[in-house]
Parts: sequence; C-alpha cells; structure tokens
Amino acid sequence: MRLLTHNMLACNVKGVVNGYPLRLEAEVVAERPADFNADFLRHIFARIDWKAFVGAARSLPEEHAVADLPEDAEPSMLASEDFLRRFHHALLELHVEKGALVCPETGRRFAIDKGIPNMLLNEDEV
Amino acid sequence: MSANQTVDFPMNSSLSSVRTTDKEKSDTQGPYKATSSIAQIQLVNSHLEVYDPSDDSFVLVDALLADRARLIEHQPKICLEVGCGSGYVITSLALMLQEEAPRIHYFATDINLHAVATTRGTLEAHGVHAEVVATDIASGLQRRLAGLVDVIVVNPPYVPTPEEEVACEGITASWAGGENGRRVIDRILPVADELLSERGWLYMVILAENNPLEICRRMGEKGYGSKIVLQRSTQEERLQVIKFWREGAAAGLPREGSRGGSSTSESWLSHFPLFSFLRKGENGG
Repeated sequence: MRLLTHNMLACNVKGVVNGYPLRLEAEVVAERPADFNADFLRHIFARIDWKAFVGAARSLPEEHAVADLPEDAEPSMLASEDFLRRFHHALLELHVEKGALVCPETGRRFAIDKGIPNMLLNEDEV
Repeated sequence: MSANQTVDFPMNSSLSSVRTTDKEKSDTQGPYKATSSIAQIQLVNSHLEVYDPSDDSFVLVDALLADRARLIEHQPKICLEVGCGSGYVITSLALMLQEEAPRIHYFATDINLHAVATTRGTLEAHGVHAEVVATDIASGLQRRLAGLVDVIVVNPPYVPTPEEEVACEGITASWAGGENGRRVIDRILPVADELLSERGWLYMVILAENNPLEICRRMGEKGYGSKIVLQRSTQEERLQVIKFWREGAAAGLPREGSRGGSSTSESWLSHFPLFSFLRKGENGG
C-alpha cells in the first residue's frame, strides 16, 4: 500500500463522522522505484490531504521515515524539481507491506497484510 | 454480429500472451502497434475460493484490447477495477497499456480476501503494479477518490440467483447477482458515477438477462452515453461489454437524453452505437 492509497482511505464503518485520516502503523515497509511523472504529481497534488500525507510519511519506521517534506505545501512548490522528487518518493515509492490503519474516531483497526489494506466490515458495522 | 469476430478465443488465449484481435487489425490504430501483451494464463494465480479467468473475463479483456488505441489516446491517470478476482483483467489492462501509457496508476478492489491476495500474486508475476484493497466495491476509498478515476472496469457478479446467495463468503460472491443478476450491478453503478472523473469511462460486462437497456437508460439519466464494445455468445451466456462515458464531457457541457457519442471528438463509427440498439427495445420507454 502506497501513501497515495493511505491518503485516499477513510474509515468506512457506519456512523463514523471523523474517520479521516487513518493513523498509519507501519511494521514492514518496502521501497520500490517508480517512474517519475511530474504531470501526475501536479494533477494529484490538489487532491492530496497534505497534513495526512506528511503525518503518514513521518510515522514510518525509522529507516524509511520521510523527514524532508515541508509541514505545509502550496501549489507554487510544484515548480521545484527537488520538491517534486521528494513528493514522488514518499507518495509512490514507499509501500507499507504489513501494519494497520486505525480510525481516529473509534480506534477500529484495519489490518494491512501483504501490502493490502483490509477495509472489509463486520455485519454490525455496515 | 461482426462484433463476435474474436470468438475463436478464449481457449487459444491460454497458449499465448500476445494476440491481435480482428478489431485491432481492422481499426485504425494510429501510431500504436497492432499487438499487445495481456496476462498469461499460466502466470495467473489461482485459489479454490477465487474465480478463475473464464469467458466473461476474456470478453472484457478483448473489449479493452479492441478499445486500446482509444484508451491510450484518452491518457487516463487513474484506472480502477472493481471485483478483481484472480487479477487477470487488471493485469491485462496494465500490460496492454504499459508501453504507450506507462504512467497510469491502477487500483483494484475485491470483497474476497483470497481474491485480493491472488490478484497481487498475478500482478507480481507479470511485473506490473496496482494498489489492491480488500473492500466492498470502493467502500473507504469512495469519498476521497471521487472524481479522480478516469477508467473503471468491472466484471460484476451478474448471474441471476436466489437473493440469499448475494455477497456470500468466498467464490459465490464472484457470480451471484440476485434477482435478474442486478443486485450488485445496481450498487456498483452509483459508486462508479461518483468515482469517475469528468472524462471518465466505465466498461462493464453485462448479461442479456440483466436488462442492459434499462441499465443504459438509467445511466443515460445521469448523463452517460453508452455503447456495446463487444458481444459474444458462449454455450451458456450472451455476454456484452458496455462502455459508458460522460456525455458532453469533451465540450464541457452536460447533455441529457442523447445517446451515441456525437458530442465527443472521438469517432464511434467503428462501434455499435447503442442508439440503434435502444431504439429496438424502447417502445414503452
């Protein structure tokens, strides 16, 4: 699961109001190079919740934690190649293979196994 | 119908990962090569509780192949498969577009935990990537991903079954469609509408028994044009792959009530506009 996907996921349990962002508890992270595509980064930037993104990137286990992303980001930064590279790496090259996503409102845990978040709900949660 | 020209598949398809459909041979492919890779059957992972690639999977992949040049020109940024099963379709889509459109981001969902694991294995075996999420349709992704998906592909559980079989555990969920096979289809359509970008396309496998006319009429009310990309009769089923697109998206103007795609800059002439198809059955509508 990339941080892109983390950024798009919210708690889907019925009745939950503040189910975003899910707190990321990453146990195993893999790094895999991805094609750099500035156009996509500029396109998706407007839809990224930056606070959630930076929070997740910094929360990764020490050897993968991303510390060089700015606290706040604005569209003018997209002109910087250096910024785009860092954005690209954190968004698309880090894969959470094992861990959990935790709902900020209820504490409901969604397991991540083999890189796949499990958002399936129990009958009483639908 | 001439749309059935590829009927000598799918049995041969397991022998080769490269095929050229008649559609591709006859269509103008512009600068794109006429053949392309799709998933190799021997590399598709399998599991007792996961639906193996079958006629309906093959017809969807063949429809995507037939539309490949348009997909490349469409330049989607994000593609999603709902109900990815073995991973055969999403892997094939990624493979057939990877050379000319290498920067697409793929997502795939399935309600069956065995299926998502199988999909990941199939993707890896072919060296392509999709973000795989275990969920019901797009639950959990739907709100934040709304309006961002340029292409959705779905081979839904379309088989008419008793209601109690719908969304059962395991492999049953891959085919059990309840009354008229529409129970899950009717839940997917509004989600697709929410997820699709302004220029979004939806490809869906539908059975004649699912009442495609009514599905197209309903999507038409939401502003979608529709047409049959491919239809194929097997011994058991009459399958169609229907493509839906937001009418008037190219001009930025919502258009209601018209079908046939005349407002887009693309040529639909080589296809079978659903308009004529609808006219036949729309006596009471």
